Amino acid sequence: MGSFIATRLVRLVATLLAVSFLTFLLVNLLPGDAINALIPIEAQQDQEYVAQVRAEWGLDDPMLVRYGKWLGDAVRGDLGDSIVTSRAVSSEIAHRIPVTGELMIVTVIFSVLLAVPLGVMSAYREGSRLDQFISGGAQFALSVPGFVAGLLFIYVFAMKLGWFPATGWTRISNSISGNLMTVTLPALSLSVIEVAVYTRVVRSDLVTTLKEDYILSARSKGLRDGFILFRHALRPSSLTLITVVGLNIGLLLGGTVVVEFLFALPGLGKRLLDAIFQRDFMMVQGITVFVAMVYVVVNTLVDLVYLVVDPRIRKAD
Amino acid sequence: MDTALDPAAPTEAARRPWIRRFVSKMPWTTRFCASWLIVIVGAAVFADLIPGLADPNYQGFLFGDGATNESPSLTHFLGTDNNSRDILARIVYGARVSLTVALAAVFMGVVFGGFFGSLVGFVRGRTDSAVMAVVDVILAFPGLVLLLTVVTLLGRRDLVVIATVIGFLSIPPYTRVARANALSISRREFVTAARAIGTRKRSILFREVIPNVLPTLLAYAMVNAAVIILLEGALAFLGLSVEPPTSSWGTMVNAARVDLQINVWPAIWPSLALVFTVYSLNNVGDWLRRLRSVRSAAL
Repeated sequence: MGSFIATRLVRLVATLLAVSFLTFLLVNLLPGDAINALIPIEAQQDQEYVAQVRAEWGLDDPMLVRYGKWLGDAVRGDLGDSIVTSRAVSSEIAHRIPVTGELMIVTVIFSVLLAVPLGVMSAYREGSRLDQFISGGAQFALSVPGFVAGLLFIYVFAMKLGWFPATGWTRISNSISGNLMTVTLPALSLSVIEVAVYTRVVRSDLVTTLKEDYILSARSKGLRDGFILFRHALRPSSLTLITVVGLNIGLLLGGTVVVEFLFALPGLGKRLLDAIFQRDFMMVQGITVFVAMVYVVVNTLVDLVYLVVDPRIRKAD
Repeated sequence: MDTALDPAAPTEAARRPWIRRFVSKMPWTTRFCASWLIVIVGAAVFADLIPGLADPNYQGFLFGDGATNESPSLTHFLGTDNNSRDILARIVYGARVSLTVALAAVFMGVVFGGFFGSLVGFVRGRTDSAVMAVVDVILAFPGLVLLLTVVTLLGRRDLVVIATVIGFLSIPPYTRVARANALSISRREFVTAARAIGTRKRSILFREVIPNVLPTLLAYAMVNAAVIILLEGALAFLGLSVEPPTSSWGTMVNAARVDLQINVWPAIWPSLALVFTVYSLNNVGDWLRRLRSVRSAAL
């Protein structure tokens, strides 16, 4: 088990290095000179000043040197300064994590709460009308992108019914109820696809589990169906669900960009978009590496949780 | 002689053309979805030839001909958007963007991903580790975030650039699927047999491994095309797909978003087109996969 964790950690570090280098390469090799973001084109007549700024930002160093410098700082939590606002990228990220983080957590909670009962019902009555309805609905929900669902929710729940605000964000430190009001619609929009994915996973997993011998023996002991379903059958399936939730973090992170844009939420995705539109390379680079890092770390954590929860894997190692 | 009694005569079902046999196995929803896909592909390909289809970029109100946010009429079947452009025409031309991007992704994925995946799954060893390391790194980026970064940094955003970038980024997942399949196929008896009689490795790869990986890859391609269309939609919605005035479904939804209070229809039509196309691809793809798993289980 120790060696398993060690290999995973080595792989984690290697992937992170490769990811950061790739991002650095992308940002630096592609057209567009950072000097244009630092000094307005009209002010670039002054050659001496331009050269001074170039030297100050290290724009003329060879790329590997610049990567080394950037990486050295990044390890210490310094992702450089925004070219546009000259504020530290890391503090901008830290400022926006609560919004995106809350959005993602609430989405996962909503989705799991909806998907587990749906998946269980569907598997319990496999092949029935109800199952067909739920499975068909899941397939349809899988085809509804976050921005379409979000726009629909805004139109119905914010514009027509007026139950929730259409856009904006209230920080949880300002008002808990206000915060819940602003997180509900964005999280629901993100949940549509997630619910569909989780429902399918729970269903297909349970359908196999319910055919196992130990379910039959539980049944023959005369245990109630509900008890068997949730206590005996759902337990092993929860593992699969954890994995899928982990693997879906990437999809969810992409989804938050769209939803934060649509609902004008001050999250990480919105900041990335703004940086993209302003051609703020340092910010784009910092956020991309950070997001990729979160994704890789979460996936490694999922593997480790798996290891702790499922004794079979521990033995196999 | 009565053909019904002749065991050699083809049965009633087998005598029908293969396409009808194929269709007759489909549930009605899948038939509906397949028809929709045919309609949308046909419309996208022959958009220029459809009689009476308006110019997607013609802004009637600039010439005193029509208004913005018109409701459906005989000249504009789905009405006009907030720039008084014909919504139906923009949906039809928007289909070109979505479908071209999906096609590029599937093509590059199947050709390059299929080849690399089959190759490393077959030869294994160092090449395998090296290729999969690269694949893992690219997959370590959340798709949309990587796409956003690459598309922005490239600066130019015409259909060729968008399709190439999305196509390139879809190689890794195909490589993974192909490799997993090639691994299991390489352990099958017919591959061992081919090895035993001294067939060259290259022939085994091209004659035995790749032809057997391909069907699975194509079933995956259907579902992947749906994911790609959703990705392009999201990118367009963020204003980062093909440059205006070229229409794309996501761009249309984003443009209509501003006037949601005044007129909701310009947002609804492209959304429906997007959702139905993606649903159809998922539905037909799932059906093909089920068909294939039944067949491989029967082997």
